[in-house]
Amino acid sequence: MARVVVDVMLKPEILDPQGQAVQGALGRLGLTGVTAVRQGKRFEVDLDGQLTDERLADVHRLAESLLSNPVIEDYVLRVEDEATA
Amino acid sequence: MSARVGVVTFPGSLDDRDAGRAITLAGGEYVELWHGDRDLKQVDAVVLPGGFSYGDYLRAGAIARFAPVMDLVVTGALEGLPVLGICNGFQTLCESHLLPGALTRNDHLHFICRDQRLRIEQVNTAWTSDFATGQEIVIPLKNGEGGYVADNRTLDELEAEGRVVARYVDVNPNGSRRDIAGICNAAGNVVGLMPHPEHAVEELTGPTTDGLAFFTAVLKTLVKAS
Repeated sequence: MARVVVDVMLKPEILDPQGQAVQGALGRLGLTGVTAVRQGKRFEVDLDGQLTDERLADVHRLAESLLSNPVIEDYVLRVEDEATA
Repeated sequence: MSARVGVVTFPGSLDDRDAGRAITLAGGEYVELWHGDRDLKQVDAVVLPGGFSYGDYLRAGAIARFAPVMDLVVTGALEGLPVLGICNGFQTLCESHLLPGALTRNDHLHFICRDQRLRIEQVNTAWTSDFATGQEIVIPLKNGEGGYVADNRTLDELEAEGRVVARYVDVNPNGSRRDIAGICNAAGNVVGLMPHPEHAVEELTGPTTDGLAFFTAVLKTLVKAS
């Protein structure tokens, strides 16, 4: 079994009002020096058996067609160690 | 025989019945379409209604895009089938890449519900031909993720090609780039609109009856085409 982690973030030029709201709350907690907060999504995709290049390509396709919207979002994909999966 | 206009019901659609009622009031035949069917029931046009398809999980419209019926809607739209996406339907059209750009969370983070003034800027579409260019209308707006975004090149292209169908007037209620409330594809058969014309078709329930013209327009478009 293997785990592939996909992180999806809004592109830098897209306004992230949720991240801004979180940043606003940080100030109310007395935390200073935080210049920006941006909010994204993390997906953990578990696969059975061996993670072949072909299956990794499938996850890439999943990430760019469903998990992220390439118009407004970027994704980063990484394979976690099988031991931790 | 009156034109058959289908309205797709997804899990979580809210305004499918109102859209159906608007079609009936405009003189068309309302045909119920189901998200899981691979069948458009020979409709002449399709409305993707407002609501929260699939709970807006992932992104608004992101999962609806992969519903079985959407394969047929996308294929039809590319061949000229008139399609109107309202609110969640607009989000779904963008996710389907039938329209450029995307709808993101309102810049002020609040869900908004108000009677909104719009200016109709493009009347050469299947859904807006009953308006006059520059005509101002008031119809309800209600959304949490209604901020229209696209890169500047896309926005410039939309404006240069006259594909901004409607803009917000007086206030920009959700942070949409360039006050855009609605756009169309190059052919003008696919229109996405964030406010809700189907809620402004009767004096008893709507702020105006301005919304009815979207539905009468498509019926006339279909008569001309046949």
